[in-house]
Amino acid sequence: MSDDGLRLEGVTIAQGNTPLLSVDAHVPPGCVLTLMGPSGSGKSTLLSLVMGDLAAIFRASGCVSLNGRDLAGLPPEGRGVGILYQDPLLFPHLDVATNLAFGLPRSGTRAAKRAAVEAALADIGLEDYGPRDPATLSGGQAARVALMRVLLSAPSALLLDEPFSKLDTSRRAQMRALTFERVRAANIPALMVTHDAEDAQAAGGPVITL
Amino acid sequence: MRLTALLTASLLALPSWAEPDPSNWESVTEAASGQTVYWHAWGGSTTTNDFIAWIGARAAEQGVTLEHVKLADTADAVGAVLTDKQGGRDEGGAVDLIWINGANFAAMKDNDLLFGPWAEDLPNWALVDVEGKTVTTDFTVPTEGLESPWAMAQVVFIYDTARVDAPPRSAEALLDWARANPGRFTFPQPPDFLGITFLKQMLMELAPDADALQSAATDASYEAVTAPLWTFMDELTPLLWRQGRAYPQTGPRQLQLMNDGEVDIAISFSPGEASAAIANFELPETVRTYVLDGGTLGNASFVAIPYNANAKEGAMVVANILLSPEAQLRAQTPDILGYGTVLDMDKLDPEDRAAFEALDLGPATLSPAELGQALPEPHPSWAERLAEDWVTRYGVAD
Amino acid sequence: MLRPLPLLTALVLAGPVLLGLFGTILPAMGLGPLGQGLSAEHFARALDWPGLPRAMAVSVTSGVLSTMGALAVATLILAGWHGTRAFAWLERLLSPLLAVPHAAAALGLAFLIAPSGWFMRIPALLLGWDVPPDLLILQDPRGLALTAGLITKELPFLLLMMLAALPQTGGRRRLAVARSLGQGRVSGWLKAVFPSVYSQVRLPVLVVLVYAMTNVDVAVILGPNTPPTLSVQVTRWMLDPDLGLRAVAAAAALIQLGLVLAVLAGWLLAERLVARLGRLWVWSGRGCPERGARGAGFALGTFSALAVLGGIAALALWSVAARWSFPDMAPEALTLRSWGRFGPEMADVALETMLIALVAVAISLVLVLGCLEAEHRFGLTMGQRALWLLYLPLLMPQVAFLPGLQLLPAWFGAQPGLAPVVAVHVVFVLPYVFLSLSGPFRAWDGRIARVAAGLGAGPERVLWRLRLPMLTAPLLTAAAVGVAVSVGQYLPTLLMGGGRVSTLATEAVALAAGGDRRAIGIWGLGQAAAALLPFVLALAVPAWLFRHRRGLRDV
Repeated sequence: MSDDGLRLEGVTIAQGNTPLLSVDAHVPPGCVLTLMGPSGSGKSTLLSLVMGDLAAIFRASGCVSLNGRDLAGLPPEGRGVGILYQDPLLFPHLDVATNLAFGLPRSGTRAAKRAAVEAALADIGLEDYGPRDPATLSGGQAARVALMRVLLSAPSALLLDEPFSKLDTSRRAQMRALTFERVRAANIPALMVTHDAEDAQAAGGPVITL
Repeated sequence: MRLTALLTASLLALPSWAEPDPSNWESVTEAASGQTVYWHAWGGSTTTNDFIAWIGARAAEQGVTLEHVKLADTADAVGAVLTDKQGGRDEGGAVDLIWINGANFAAMKDNDLLFGPWAEDLPNWALVDVEGKTVTTDFTVPTEGLESPWAMAQVVFIYDTARVDAPPRSAEALLDWARANPGRFTFPQPPDFLGITFLKQMLMELAPDADALQSAATDASYEAVTAPLWTFMDELTPLLWRQGRAYPQTGPRQLQLMNDGEVDIAISFSPGEASAAIANFELPETVRTYVLDGGTLGNASFVAIPYNANAKEGAMVVANILLSPEAQLRAQTPDILGYGTVLDMDKLDPEDRAAFEALDLGPATLSPAELGQALPEPHPSWAERLAEDWVTRYGVAD
Repeated sequence: MLRPLPLLTALVLAGPVLLGLFGTILPAMGLGPLGQGLSAEHFARALDWPGLPRAMAVSVTSGVLSTMGALAVATLILAGWHGTRAFAWLERLLSPLLAVPHAAAALGLAFLIAPSGWFMRIPALLLGWDVPPDLLILQDPRGLALTAGLITKELPFLLLMMLAALPQTGGRRRLAVARSLGQGRVSGWLKAVFPSVYSQVRLPVLVVLVYAMTNVDVAVILGPNTPPTLSVQVTRWMLDPDLGLRAVAAAAALIQLGLVLAVLAGWLLAERLVARLGRLWVWSGRGCPERGARGAGFALGTFSALAVLGGIAALALWSVAARWSFPDMAPEALTLRSWGRFGPEMADVALETMLIALVAVAISLVLVLGCLEAEHRFGLTMGQRALWLLYLPLLMPQVAFLPGLQLLPAWFGAQPGLAPVVAVHVVFVLPYVFLSLSGPFRAWDGRIARVAAGLGAGPERVLWRLRLPMLTAPLLTAAAVGVAVSVGQYLPTLLMGGGRVSTLATEAVALAAGGDRRAIGIWGLGQAAAALLPFVLALAVPAWLFRHRRGLRDV
């Protein structure tokens, strides 16, 4: 059981010889760990480390493991770590359904994939939106599609990089609730970077201030 | 034994092809079939380009593909052959046939860049007017079978009757006319061959001893013979179009200037050019030609084959087609090319002869009688010195 | 696969230039296959040419004046009009103006400004002139027509380069600040925005300077002949039947190179001087005549656009003209006869031209995408030095290294022809493809790649399924730029093709000497169309492909 979830053990990141941050944390499945701190404190750099595309100017030490597997040396696409940004970043040249299908596991029939995509659309109240141009969606709709896209890829962990900061206040609460509910339902660990204390409160998990 | 074996081996290692034998025409045509001939010819005149395309169609009937490589200057082709020689590429060269005469021929001959002799072995050579036309010397340099003639050219002057009543028929008259009409005459800028031709044409008339022009120029003869020419040019130049501070770069460019009303008189090396230009809308219908009272220069256009040509046999077949009565007749047709034939009418079939006689030479073309006997070209060394001298005197003026 | 591509690209860019330079230096010093041992004789002969001082002077004045002119007009237009409706109108014309090949533009311009040309026919008709005035407007010894032609053709290039640099300098906000501090629109732009824009477009400006000093095709058509510019004379010596002149040409090419380096040094010094003067100007607090500057910018920009477009219109009219004499504004009748005569052959050559262009562009695209992707994946950047390398073939006068390069295929025993032509076209096409594509490629939102990686997509899938499809429009634009560059190449095609490869550029310039305006019209139009058509496709294809994808249309 102690292998489950995301572990950051003795992780330190330095830029050149200047130490940037050091973290020790364990995020159990279904739990959201919130990282807060002023800009420049290295929050996003930590996400990069977990993603596996830390820029060459940073040096990191310590161990990042997911469900007992050391992530060091794995390419980003092999880690099973999904990410959500403040922008939904839907692929503009693909329709909504193809966006959702992008991360589906390769096994599985075409029909099964279609069914999964349609179920996901229905799940977020966007039936019949499959053939739509993503640029025609409202901000809230696009954010929901982005969330479903990453969940459909069945990640082992989720990273949230200020995920709600671009939504207006009424949508923000809705989206927060939806996201955290899904993380719990999927029973995966999540790591959130934010400026917003309300985000941390809603996440309900531990908070680390850098 | 080992030495013999070595020798045999080295002999076997030599390229297995042999130089074509022009005297065995059957073997030539056989080898020519399937070849592609790259004919490097001046591409500045659209009428000649059309004519060369027509020759290509005739060559195709004998299995030879003809590609016209259009040159801005014949020297480009000489340069290409030279580059091959520098690079040691003595076979499979890029140039198969060159439209050439005068200094370019002399330069290639001097540098052993030509294949041959072959020209006098062509079947159609039998029809050529060897006696009456200058086809065995090229600017006094003996051709020695290294190039085959295909057209006769003679200097004529083109003028617009709508603007000029009585055109000037001598150097002196031209100067007088230019004084009365400043800025209305020019000539292509030397070293363009037509520009040098203008200088030579004037020199023939002004030189105290025109016979000296038939042998190579020496420092002494050059000074004495050309002195009156430069006196003449010093007077003429400020009276030229743009006061002699700019010149058309080629002959056809003069025609455009005449059509634009910028000049009234132009020099041409092709008696039929004006008629062809009228037919092609390039000149007003009021344009006519004339020659000088003292006669005008004439020469032949030739084709030559570089020493490293890739398709020597095909090139010979094309040269032979150029000498055929059919091609010669077409070349002389005024709205096609208007070039003089190199053939001897007495050697032709009656049928072919009749076709030549029936040609309507066009409104602006002089009859052979009006053209008169052409004056022989000076030795190429004169042209070279004239060009250099002109450039020094006028080519870099303000 | 990917890792060696940056090095290979560097070789493709620098190799031919250095080898060619070597091949020029050897014969100039009397060495190499035809030389007779080390001597200064060839330099002495080149220095003896009586036209040398004037040829050098015209090269310098036409090069420097046209570069300064194009830069000044581009600056005035941007300073006075950027962000206005008039500017948006001009901006739409930029790509087509840029694509019109130099030779075609020069041929059209020659007919417009000649004393018997279109402009002069207006007073001629009104005043009843029978003959055109005997004015030395075209091919004047001081190279003013050449300078004007170069300005009209280089202006769109510099404008486009400056436009591309503007967003990186935050020009709009800076201008707003400057104006709130009491500066006029033009003086505010000059003081607050121009310095950073100029530092971004410095290399393109130097490219223009070198091209303007050393080009052959425009100088042959618009430049003087008594004497010609030094580059034209070098080309003539290269092609002279007197074989000894080859080495003289090589020596003169090196003199030309020295001249270019001296002028470049002078230009860099002048930059500092201007910077100092600019600071004095800022301290003085004075503005500039705003209305005059804006008016001049608009008038010069419009005139130069109209000169190119009017020239193309003239070419089109000549191609269908029956008899057309001075001073008529239009031909007596229209006829398709010239198209019947020259059209089919032009179409054949156009096909070969496009083939060469497409192969050269395809090779360039592979190398450029390889470099950019390697930079993205492995962080393999070469920094500022790579940019100089990229500009090397554009900053080195063609006339200095192409003659030497011409000998190479022969030394290696290769045939001159299509392959060497394509190879050399790549050298000139690649930098432009790189410059055109690198901006959009690097500006692509990297978070998309991370999102996709989070969805399990590897770098190959990200490149082929996301990055390249999303960059369809810039990819096609880069390809169109590459085709236009290739279609415009005159000297490389002439020298590397050994005369066997004819393209629209070589044919059009060869015909320019002949002066048959109908043929020039058809070939010039063909060349312009060959360069323009890809731009039309580069606009139309993504617009159609992504007609239901709003998110890609504003890119």
